[in-house]
Formats: sequence, structure tokens, C-alpha cells
Amino acid sequence: MLVIENLKAAINGKNILKGISLEVKPGEIHALMGPNGSGKSTLAAVLAGREYVEVTEGSVKYNGQDLLAMAAEDRSKEGLFLGFQYPIEIPGVSMVNFMKTAVNEHRKHKGLEPLSASDFLKLMRDKKELVEIDSKLANRSVNEGFSGGEKKKNEIFQMAMLEPMLAILDETDSGLDIDALRIVANGVNKLKKPDNSFIVITHYQRLLDYIVPDIVHVMYDGKIVKTAGKELALELEEKGYDWIKKEVENSFVA
Amino acid sequence: MSVSTEIAERYLSIYTENIEKISGNSSDYINSFRKEAFEKFRELGVPTKKNEAYKYTNLNIFFDHDYKNYFIPVTSDFVRAEEFRCDVANLDTHGIVLLNGFYPTINGKLRQLPGGIIVGSLNEAAAKYPGLIREHYGKYADSATDGLIHLNTAMAPDGMFMYVPEGAVLSKPVQIVNLVYSEEDIFNQHRNLIIVEKNAEASVMVCDHTLSPNKFLTNAVTEVFVGENSHFDLIRVQNEHNNAGKITHTFIHQEKDSVASSNNITLHGGLVRNSTYHYLGGQGAETMSYGLFLTDKWQHVDNYVSVDHAFPNCSSNQLFKGVLDDMSTGSFNGRILVRQDSQGTLAYQRNNNIILTDDAKMDSKPQLEIYADDVKCSHGATVGQIDEDALFYMRARGINTREARLMLMFGFAHEVIQNLKIEALRERLDNLVMQRLRGELSRCASCVVKCG
Repeated sequence: MLVIENLKAAINGKNILKGISLEVKPGEIHALMGPNGSGKSTLAAVLAGREYVEVTEGSVKYNGQDLLAMAAEDRSKEGLFLGFQYPIEIPGVSMVNFMKTAVNEHRKHKGLEPLSASDFLKLMRDKKELVEIDSKLANRSVNEGFSGGEKKKNEIFQMAMLEPMLAILDETDSGLDIDALRIVANGVNKLKKPDNSFIVITHYQRLLDYIVPDIVHVMYDGKIVKTAGKELALELEEKGYDWIKKEVENSFVA
Repeated sequence: MSVSTEIAERYLSIYTENIEKISGNSSDYINSFRKEAFEKFRELGVPTKKNEAYKYTNLNIFFDHDYKNYFIPVTSDFVRAEEFRCDVANLDTHGIVLLNGFYPTINGKLRQLPGGIIVGSLNEAAAKYPGLIREHYGKYADSATDGLIHLNTAMAPDGMFMYVPEGAVLSKPVQIVNLVYSEEDIFNQHRNLIIVEKNAEASVMVCDHTLSPNKFLTNAVTEVFVGENSHFDLIRVQNEHNNAGKITHTFIHQEKDSVASSNNITLHGGLVRNSTYHYLGGQGAETMSYGLFLTDKWQHVDNYVSVDHAFPNCSSNQLFKGVLDDMSTGSFNGRILVRQDSQGTLAYQRNNNIILTDDAKMDSKPQLEIYADDVKCSHGATVGQIDEDALFYMRARGINTREARLMLMFGFAHEVIQNLKIEALRERLDNLVMQRLRGELSRCASCVVKCG
């Protein structure tokens, strides 16, 4: 589904990603972990199509297509979803209008008719229940005045509405209390189907108590330095990131 | 002789040629102000950029032009205008159609609405209710420094009159469609008077539309009296072509415990200047001054607001927003005056603008004069671009750049529209703003008139 090969990228001339290779197959949940500043969010930004990140080398194939050549909106319509670490507030644009436009753009892309107002509202209602989002949030402007937890739940709600094939959740767990964390994780688990995939970017292991990954990667200094099964997350929780740093530094010396 | 007084001389000949005809249709009381007002206009002239209140607006583009006609309506004009009269779309309102700001004299009658409310021509009202005119006409238009207000007092042939008697509650808004139409270039002045007595409630929406491509200049004065414990909303939707100049001066005088709002929505127009004066003339009064303008090409929109806190414990709120495209320009000047004894005043002002190109320009100027000490007052102004982060967020959900930009501009504008209390009007204006942003705002598809 997603094949990243030797991806290098810079922001304002500073190299951040220094050769990432990663393959995500249909149905897999990948956890991407690592200390702050290791390049996790930059990788998410490249995959979602943010223009401020400059790709200097490497390639990304998404379902066989050159992902890097696609506009951000086309990536979304092709089933890629980014859950933002810091969701943006958009005063004056209602959640209903925002989601209706997005859903209908997706439908148009698939050659489907736009949803009728009543069908759309029914869809909203169903998905709100699924992700346990407060009904009132949907009547407000996008993220405006939402608490940190509400914003993250709203990301999961949008994901539920758009039903992506590949969802990248960028530190969706940061700043959440345990109830919100459970709701976010439940949302992901309910949306998991045999053929869709997730990349869960997280700093902490605790989200992985609820979302069980198939593969865990550890990033450090712009590279994936370790890849293993879910037990790696537990090891990180126990020992922190320092041993990884040491391992990497030692390997340079050797 | 300065340029401005030279232009003023041009208006002397219009005055001399027309004053007899104008006076012949008006009441003695209204006529009694004309001569002195014209002298004052000659003294002050057409405001130039040297006048602090007109610092960013060049009126000469419209005032220094040889208008073929100073418009004084005769019955046959209204007969012709009837051809353009179309059904007011199914918004639940009391619909009225004006021609160049004038109430049709075809039937020569004042119209009675439920609750004893009267709408009609000012001249008609002056003949029938001289007491009301004497009590209110000319009482609120403070024209010390603005020659254009004197020019209007001197020469306006007629205008719209509305009277809401004590205790009357108008549940539906009065919707006035003002057709701006002529086969030659015209200069046009009308004088409106709205009287809302005690404990009454009314809202008026005025939509201006140009129907012919000629050059128009309108200089209109509206005086509004809002009695004790009354509630009044004035909504103005301006949709005129790029060759039209529109100058409005609105004076809202409020008594104790009254609530009033002025909403200036400028969708289109060549040069637009809206001056709105709010006088809080009794304790506990509350006033709102809202504005939204969308400009492109060479358009210029200038909003001038003055809020006078003359009594204690009053509150005021100003919110003006603009979206400027191409090489269009705009300006906002918001004055708040809190007089010495006006303790317990709350006064807020905000002006936010989005500039879409490098060539568009916006000037924003707050002007606060506070002479009391127990006052809560704030003001803020921003001029910025479309929020790139918000744009990306929307694109990341599959919304293309063009649509996302439109939605962001719409959201920006909606903050002004959402203040309207009548939902049907909010929806109507939201639609108009969206059409305008999409560049689909044509003469007939827009606003309330559906022609053809």
C-alpha cells in the first residue's frame, strides 16, 4: 500500500529526514516511535503533502502511484488521512459544512452523487456515535474553542467520516487524559478493517496499550533505527530512548 | 479658489436650477433649512483627504463629474420603474420598492403596515404629520464638519419615511429594494427619517441595486430615532456596479434602555462611503455597528463610525471586516467618544481585513477619546492574508484549494452576518456573500429581486 524508499527531506535547508525506508501492507498497524526531534512529524508532513518540507531524495509509492507528485487534496481523495498533532481552528466554517464539502469531494472523486442533506446528517450521526464525540461539537465552527481532547476526538471523527485506506495519526495521544485516550483508541479499533492500514505516531507507549501494532519502528535523527514487533514498544517504555541513542552512536563509532 | 470649492460651485448651479422645484414639493418646515445648509456647504465644500474623517477617500472621482441630471422624481419615473418591479422572493417580509431612494408617488399614499406602522415618502409624511417631522427632522444629523450632509439638507427632494408607534412590534422585517436606474448619468440625494417610538420593535433591510450602467452618485442622509426601551435594526445591502458612487450618512439617536444595530454589507460598488453615527442618549442604551465589505478591481469602500457615549452605563460594539482583492482599497475609521460623566461605559471595536493580493490596500484607524474613568474599552485591527495552515488542513481533507479559500473567506465574513437576529436574513445574506465570493453575483440572481 505504501512504500517509502530512502526518503530524504529538508526544512529551510536543514536536513531532517536522512533516508527513511518503510513498507506498509494492507491491514497492518505500524507504530512509529522515537524521541522528540527525531523527524516523526516531518515524515507525516511529507506524506500528507505539506509544501514547506522539501523532499531532496527518495520516493514514496502509494498504491503504485507517485505520492509525492500528488496534491494534498488528491492524496486525501485517494484514501490517505492525516490526523493532525495540532488541529487547526477555522472560525466561521461549521463542522457540518466542512465535512459535507469534504465527503462530497471524496464521492465526486469516486464518481458518486453528492449525499442528500438527510443522508449526510444520518452519516454524521452514526459516526458521532461510533467515536463517542459530543453532538454539540458538530454544530460549532471547526475546532474553534475545542479543548485539546475535543480536537483530537474531532480528528478521529473526521477519519470515521472519510473512511481512509491509510491513516497517519500524528501524536494523536499527546495531551489526552485517560478517558479521551480510550475514546481515541476505541475509535481507531472500530474503524480497523481487514484491508485498511494505520501509522500511529506516538512518543509514549501508553496509546499502544489500547491499539496493538503489528510492527514498531523507532526513529532517531531522521532515520528508522530499529524495527520489530509490538514487544519493542514495551522495551522502550521500560528503558526509555537512551539505550537506542547509545546503540546508534556506538554503531557509528564501530 | 481651491479645487474643492471649485467643485462646490458646480453644485451651486444645480442648486439654483432646481431649488424652486424641490421646494415646491416639500413642506415649509423642511424648506426652512435649505438656504442656510447650502451656505454651509459652500463654506465647507466637498470633503477632501485633508479632512481627517475622509483621509483615505478621494471623493472627487465622483463629485467632479458633469451629471446630466439631478434626480427629482416625477410620477412617470415610477411608472417606468414599475417595469423593473419584480416579485420579492419568498422571504417573509413587508416588501417595498424604491426608485433611486424615493418612495413611489404613483398612488400618493402612505402605506400602513400591521401595528399602525407607517411607511411612505417624507414629503407625504410632512404634509400629513407635521408634528412628527418638526419633532425629529434635522435633529440628529450633526453636520458641523461634513459639507455633504449640508448639501443633502439643502437639496434632497424627498426620501423615505417610516414611523413605528409606541408599543408596536413588527414581527417581519421591512424589506426595501432600492432600484438605482436612469438612462443618463445622475446625481441623486434622498433624505430618510425613521422614528421608532417607546417600547417598539422593528427591523429594516435596504438593498441597493443598480439597474443601468450609467454613472451614479448618491448622497443620502438617514436619521433614526430609537425611543426608550425600543429595539431597532438597520441592515443595508449594497450591490451597485463599479461606476456607481454611494455616500451614506446614518445618524442613530438612541434613548434610555434602547437597543439598536446598524449593519452595512457592501457586496459591490465603485466607491462606497458609509458614515454611521451612533448617539447613546440615555442610560442603559446598547448599540452595535457591524460592517462587511468585499472588494475587487478598482473598488474603494470606506466605513466611518462614530459612537458617542453621552450617558453612563451604555455599551457599544463595532465589528467591521473586509476582504480585498485585485487592486481594491478600503478604509475603516472607528471613533469612540466617552464623555466625562459616562461612567460604566463598555465600548468595543474590532476591524479585521484579509488582503488577497499585493496590490490591494487597507487603512484602519481607531480613534478613542475617553474622558470618564470607569470605562471598559478595547480596540483591535488586523490586516492579513488567508491562513495557510487552515488552507492546508482543509486540503488534507480533500477540499481543493479554490473551494477551501472560498470557505475560509466565507467563514471570515460569516462572523459579521451571524450577528443578525433574524435567521431568514442571515441565510439570505450568507448566500449572497457566497455568490459574491464565487463571482456569481449578477444583478438579477442576487438579493431579493428576481427579474425575468
